Amino acid sequence: MKNKFSILLIVFFTFIFIIFYKGLNNSNIYVPNTQVEKDVPDLKIKIFKSQSEIDLKSLFKENEFYLLNIWSSWCGPCREEHPLLMSLKNEKNIKIIGLNYKDNEKNAENFLIELGNPYYEILEDSNGSKSIELGAYGVPESFLVHQNKIIRKYIGPLNQNLFTEIKNLIK
Amino acid sequence: MKYFKYLIIIFFIMSSINLRAESSDLSYKITKNLRCLICQGQSVYDSDSEFAISLKLVVDEKLNEGLSEIEIYDFLKDKYGQWILYDPGLNKSTYLLWLLPLLLFLIGGAIIFKKFIIRKN
Repeated sequence: MKNKFSILLIVFFTFIFIIFYKGLNNSNIYVPNTQVEKDVPDLKIKIFKSQSEIDLKSLFKENEFYLLNIWSSWCGPCREEHPLLMSLKNEKNIKIIGLNYKDNEKNAENFLIELGNPYYEILEDSNGSKSIELGAYGVPESFLVHQNKIIRKYIGPLNQNLFTEIKNLIK
Repeated sequence: MKYFKYLIIIFFIMSSINLRAESSDLSYKITKNLRCLICQGQSVYDSDSEFAISLKLVVDEKLNEGLSEIEIYDFLKDKYGQWILYDPGLNKSTYLLWLLPLLLFLIGGAIIFKKFIIRKN
């Protein structure tokens, strides 16, 4: 009886040891999930430089691809990714929708005059709450939307690799 | 009778103030339990990053809409995943975390029981 009990104890502690040992090897760096498949949330967002609001879902037509790009004139990396957005604008199958994040209207306008306007439609998120509802972390960030679903999240500025990935996805 | 009227008015004013305090307490409690995802080791309550400021606004908005604490957690879990909560719920990947202490406690109890109580008899 006593033997059985100690064997059980040893087995149990080995089991715990293995779990903790495996846990040690797991990376503890948080990586957000970028391959998502989520519905576009029901949101009313203000249109840039206008008083009217628009239903976000009504912007996305079923069979087309959209890139919802969160940007701001005060954000450096947005400036970096802007040329890529400009060349993405020339792609046939995709429309870029901008969400201006916590920005000053004048500065945002000057930003677009200086670097060009790649956006099909621009929305305004003056206090950042709409971005939270979309599940965004900050600026810049882009969501690839298809059939009213967010299919990819790109956190941080777009780069050449991601650009080719998007191009392949929308083919 | 006149004073009674005033008392009632004062009572109502006081109770409405109380209500407000309660909701901000709840918002404090919720944001303390949310991890600021873009900061290092800070809760949303403690952080002043753009992300945390917006998230605090959204929590207040949701409270005003009448959502409960758990509904707000569920909403944010859906957007950002389990990681945003400091207090993880019981699910497939956390059941060991919850059950292990209980198991250890039971085994420890069994050892003590065997060693001391049974031996005494």
